[in-house]
Amino acid sequence: MTRCTDKALLLGALLDHELDAANVIEIEAHLAVCAACAAAYADLRATRALLRDAGLRISAPAAIRARISDAADTPRTRAVSPLAWMGTGAAGMLAACLGLFVLVSPMSTSLVQDEIIASHVRSLMPGRLIDIATSDRHVVKPWFNGKIDFAPPVVDLKAQGFPLVGGRIDYVGGRPVAALAYRHGRHVINLFVRPAMEASLWPDLESHQIGYTLIRWRQGDLEFWSISDIAPIDLARFHRVFSAATA
Amino acid sequence: MSSGPSDDAEGEGGRMIWRHRRGTNAGSPPLDDFSATMLPHLDAAYTLARYLARDAGIADDIVQESFLRAKRNFAAYRGGADKAWLMAIVRNCFFDWARARQRAGHDETDPSDTVAIDDPEAIMARNGTIATVQAAIEALPPLFREAIILREIEGMSYQEIAQATDTPIGTVMSRLSRARLALAVILKATPQAADMVTQ
Repeated sequence: MTRCTDKALLLGALLDHELDAANVIEIEAHLAVCAACAAAYADLRATRALLRDAGLRISAPAAIRARISDAADTPRTRAVSPLAWMGTGAAGMLAACLGLFVLVSPMSTSLVQDEIIASHVRSLMPGRLIDIATSDRHVVKPWFNGKIDFAPPVVDLKAQGFPLVGGRIDYVGGRPVAALAYRHGRHVINLFVRPAMEASLWPDLESHQIGYTLIRWRQGDLEFWSISDIAPIDLARFHRVFSAATA
Repeated sequence: MSSGPSDDAEGEGGRMIWRHRRGTNAGSPPLDDFSATMLPHLDAAYTLARYLARDAGIADDIVQESFLRAKRNFAAYRGGADKAWLMAIVRNCFFDWARARQRAGHDETDPSDTVAIDDPEAIMARNGTIATVQAAIEALPPLFREAIILREIEGMSYQEIAQATDTPIGTVMSRLSRARLALAVILKATPQAADMVTQ
């Protein structure tokens, strides 16, 4: 640019109107006598004009705007971190590269959904799915008594294609939660139930991560998270029939 | 900054950085202020996220995460340079994400302090001035990219950029200077942009 390397920062600051008067006078005097610096300054101005005129600002997509302003208007919430939900985005690729067990991303502040995926994956290992094996809801429901401080609704949905296989206690979000295991064909659906702490930011939520679908909803004072590798449309149906059966 | 003359008179006079601008309460602003204060900066937040991440989907996530973090911390926010405050959150979200990604074995994002122009030919292959200039900006390393975005697109002052990037003003100046030099080199090598530069 110029041999006066000590002037580079001053030229930038002059361009940005960030110089004090004394320095402005000094650098302008220098520009009058130094052709190299004058040319460099002209370049800076041209580049600036190009940047300013190019219309480089990118408006947020309407969907994002709507979601954020909804969230902003909601009273204080325990928010779900969207970065933990990067379904087909970076987290998806990352997880695909490293296998399933890196899902607990260190950057996520709200780890609940990661923990649910991890719990689901763990539950698929031999012998881990259920503590109490039965399709009899009258056995499962009392089994939870004394183990957790709330009463999850337990229904068998065999007639609708989702037989109940059992229940277990799991640990999500820093507290014991009820986990109900259902089958659909050869696939397992885990349904995690815990008391809803605060108003949910996005009451119903569906997310797709590395082949799993998660659907979260709220029913009364309880928060439900269902997760499975079945087709999203089937999990949505599970959500509907479960809600209908327990409403 | 358009700091009103009486805004600082409400006490906490020693506080230089997050100066009051709106002249509301001197403590934490009420939460229902959040929308009114932060939503006007949504496009700015999105623009920064978009240029840093260089990917629309990731930018979506970063902006949403940023607003959640902003909302969560809004009680601690003390009024004043709200745009710089939000921008700081956006870029921190981005660098968190980039670090997590790096740890996971992707080293595509280079947070180093050097200007290396990758692939000027690919930039020149793009059509249209906007795309060309965008590509030139995206070719800068993240620390230089954010300095250019905050200064040239968002029109923030050195002071605000220093706040948003948690960087001394001298470093802001030198990053801007080097980023502009690199941009000028890239853009001069690009026919459409060169026409505009010489106009």
